[in-house]
Amino acid sequence: MAVSSPTQTTQLMNNVDAVRATLYDAMKNDPRTVILGEDVGARGNVFLITKDFSKEFGPQRVIDTPIAEASIVGIAIGMAMEGLRPIAEIQFADFIYPAFNQIVGEAAKTRYRSNGEYTCPLVIRTPYGGGVRGALSHSVSIEALFYHVPGLKILAPAFPADVKGLLNAAIDDPDPVLFLEHKKTYRLIKGEVPDGHYTIPIGKANVLKEGTALSVVSYGLYVHWALEAAQQLADEGISVEVIDLRSIRPMDKTAILQSVEKTRKLLIVHEDNKFGGIGAEISAMVAEEALFSLDAPIRRHCAPDVPAMGYAEPLEHEYMSSPAKIADAMRELARF
Amino acid sequence: MAKTDTKGKKLERNGLSDEQLRAMFRNMLLQRQLDNRGFQLNRQGKVPFALGSEGHEALQAGAAMAFQRGKDLLAPYYRDLGLALGIGLTPYEILLSLFARAADHNGGRQFPNHYSSKAAGLMSFSSILAAHIPHAVGAAYAMKYRGERGRAVLVTCGDGTTSEGEWHESVNFASIHKLPVVFLVENNLWAISTPIEHQMGQPEIWKRAVGYGIPGHRFNGFDPIETYGNVNEALDRARSGGGPTLLEGMCYRFLAHSTDDNDMTYRTKEEVTEHRKDDPVPLFERVLLDHDVMSAADVEQLKRDVLRETNEATDRAEAMPYPTAADLYTHLYEGAWQPWQ
Repeated sequence: MAVSSPTQTTQLMNNVDAVRATLYDAMKNDPRTVILGEDVGARGNVFLITKDFSKEFGPQRVIDTPIAEASIVGIAIGMAMEGLRPIAEIQFADFIYPAFNQIVGEAAKTRYRSNGEYTCPLVIRTPYGGGVRGALSHSVSIEALFYHVPGLKILAPAFPADVKGLLNAAIDDPDPVLFLEHKKTYRLIKGEVPDGHYTIPIGKANVLKEGTALSVVSYGLYVHWALEAAQQLADEGISVEVIDLRSIRPMDKTAILQSVEKTRKLLIVHEDNKFGGIGAEISAMVAEEALFSLDAPIRRHCAPDVPAMGYAEPLEHEYMSSPAKIADAMRELARF
Repeated sequence: MAKTDTKGKKLERNGLSDEQLRAMFRNMLLQRQLDNRGFQLNRQGKVPFALGSEGHEALQAGAAMAFQRGKDLLAPYYRDLGLALGIGLTPYEILLSLFARAADHNGGRQFPNHYSSKAAGLMSFSSILAAHIPHAVGAAYAMKYRGERGRAVLVTCGDGTTSEGEWHESVNFASIHKLPVVFLVENNLWAISTPIEHQMGQPEIWKRAVGYGIPGHRFNGFDPIETYGNVNEALDRARSGGGPTLLEGMCYRFLAHSTDDNDMTYRTKEEVTEHRKDDPVPLFERVLLDHDVMSAADVEQLKRDVLRETNEATDRAEAMPYPTAADLYTHLYEGAWQPWQ
């Protein structure tokens, strides 16, 4: 992990704790920072991420907005253009669609269209992803809808230490950043988080486990499941390399290519739909840059082509992958 | 409104000096000249596109006179030539935008009339209607948050934009937080080809203010003095902590929507001719003459000056270089950029 100024001490945290601690420090350290979104104030966010922030920093800095996603982002853009450092929250990623134009048509273009006269240093945080019985409108992955857009940066860390380092990087960043937090990992995933302020460079993947038989590239919840699956395969004598992208736009080409050149096989795993997903871009890039290093076709293990997972347990189960399903995909590619 | 013979009546000045009245008239003449120039250059094949604000001259000259340079911010839309001029942009800057030259504030990236100038307090905006209104409200929030009394945001839009959800969301948020912002609707009765009666069931936009719990007023936007009075009062209230105001200035769009539009496909020549009787430019000229703010000779001299200034700005801007192909790639993010790292 690239840590710019770590202290020696760490604390065990889950991902909610890591988001909360990072936001708290940002509010403490920079009076230009404001948080706005639905139920972020008195309620302290639906996952209690900003619990008690309003009491400590005041309702003018922790703004409970009306239920109006387009203007949550739009107002944050205006704040950013006028010198504040807003952190906007979309309560669930599924609710981000009304704000699509503000993100794609406005935030992403502010610097570009004004030839650098105006900038938009804005963080939009939102919980995404399934496996929590979230049904059609509390479970979606939205990254593919936004990764097409020049002018945005998109982060999707999976581990508490990465959450802190990348959220700090997003807050410090002079351009708009979409920060995706997988809600199933919020309390499930724990890890040691360094004390003090540090950043992780945006655009750097992390090789979580080295291996020789094939490379698995993933992000979010499925990183954890890919690691679990890779352990299973290790017991079977198959050595799998696991890469956590962490950053979706920009993306770490170097890490992916280095891994593929070594293992000569690539499996991309993500929770978002396969068609037009992040995996399609990675596949195209590897085909363009390293086709003759491959010993097998690139494989993508992703969600089926349906809008989202249904509420009923079997529907969610069918939509979502699992460590066992990922292990099967790994074995199949290893055998090729 | 009296169209002729304003002489015998006392001139309601709303506190404006002779100098300010002349400055507003100059702005109005300049708007009309530059509007004309855009359409001429388009018909000559020199620019691919132009937009006109003819009919909005008085409204914009009056509103701009209430704007305090160096303090207030303007969040305009694409039919705000007169506001841009009135807060300090020069004809040369307008023509750089029209010709899409490298020296344009936007580097020739945006459509004409999509001005942006941080120095002048003019917020960058896109063509997507109402998208800029939450930006204005966010900027007003920043002013209030920092305790900057004496500053306000003037945000404008046409009647058509008031149908957008973000218009409502923004006025509502500004009302909740009593933000220093003035929502000025330039109601020209047309949203490209859609008349007001097909845009809203209740056609008096200012009345919506009641629903938001903020002051609302409608005024004659063909009268720059009346416009100034309304906008000035609302901006003063905003600057002193009194919260937002919704203003509706009535005007008319004399030209087609743009150089790419033929308005005779959806409205009649008779309708346009009828509104021409209220043309604010000759009307205000009459007022200034009748009240001896300007002599006929002054007016003629001013018109010559405005034409000369427009010609000089045209030649100067046209002679400037385009952006280069390499400029396509700059200012996407801070620093150099590749999506793959």
